[in-house]
Amino acid sequence: MMKIFGKVAAIVAGSALVATAAFAEDRKSYPAPKDHPLSEIISGYEFRTPETRALQDDDFENPAYILLDLGAELWSTADGAAGKSCASCHGDAAESMKGIGASFPKWSKERNKAITVEQQINICREEQMQADTWKWTKDPNMLGMTIFVKNQSRGMPIVLDNSPEMETVRKLGEEVYYTRYGQLDMSCANCHEDYYGNYIRADMLSQGQINGFPTYRLKWNGVGSTHRRFKGCMKNIRANPFKPQGEEFTALEAYMMYRAVGLPIETPSVRN
Amino acid sequence: MAKSKPRVKAPKKASAGDVVTIKTLISHKMETGLRKDKEGKIIPRKIINKFECSFNGASVFSCDILPAVSANPYLEFTMKAVESGEYNFKWTDDDGSIYEKKSKLTVA
Repeated sequence: MMKIFGKVAAIVAGSALVATAAFAEDRKSYPAPKDHPLSEIISGYEFRTPETRALQDDDFENPAYILLDLGAELWSTADGAAGKSCASCHGDAAESMKGIGASFPKWSKERNKAITVEQQINICREEQMQADTWKWTKDPNMLGMTIFVKNQSRGMPIVLDNSPEMETVRKLGEEVYYTRYGQLDMSCANCHEDYYGNYIRADMLSQGQINGFPTYRLKWNGVGSTHRRFKGCMKNIRANPFKPQGEEFTALEAYMMYRAVGLPIETPSVRN
Repeated sequence: MAKSKPRVKAPKKASAGDVVTIKTLISHKMETGLRKDKEGKIIPRKIINKFECSFNGASVFSCDILPAVSANPYLEFTMKAVESGEYNFKWTDDDGSIYEKKSKLTVA
């Protein structure tokens, strides 16, 4: 009896292995540079179901486009005491913002720290427009503008700011990535490096790439920022999340861009 | 979102006899009139209450929309392409404002 059972189990296990391998081969991957922690770089898109991908593929069905339209409108809307809009300085976003989403976070000499697209938006609002700043993670204006800016780089591969300062920032980001936090004592790598392509309960783990952010997330029933997602992950492992747009998350974002180097920007993407 | 912006995806070309799919979406908060604000006062109802699509002046699809419809109403319907012409999409808001969009179809 035991023998038969063993045989059946072996066959079942064997076919499951074949099925996983066949599915994995279907994923479009990008070659990783030398000394990169991943052997291949895969967008989160490739881990999602055909239904979720279809939502992203059709710009009309993609619910994030409502916010992109809002961002486009805000781009040329004057706000604040200076009476300026984004367009007053930056002109046509299709030209001036091209590549921005694929290269931030960048080092700011004046501020002596790394800044993200969101931080740059609020810096512009405060200093150039003399307008109120927007809230970081859920403000539709902030999300719309970030999507609009990053969308100008859609399809462009991620490139890195190679200044020594950014290297230091990425070092800190790497530390955050590999440090185990919270009651579950887990690091980002425990899921997204060691087990991508496997299920965690009913959810398929991806490499945790951020090339599609801000993203429309089905679970949120709305659009959210990169740092909101970081926060969510940290809550899941029962840790105290860092502050959105704080030093740790900005460094983590910079390091995540290194992990995604070469991957095309998909903003706004649809994820589950 | 202050302004309501209608969006339409309809094919520009079709062969005679084809059934074409038309997708429409309007950004609108669809305030039901049942919610209360922080002071306990009812937030007045403000929804899109009617949608109509006409083709060359003849109605193709229309519907009344009620408060149970969620924000950013999305409607998808089909039409048999017979002749070339112009669609006219019309959304009616509770406050009386009308949002319109036009799109052309060429039947070969």
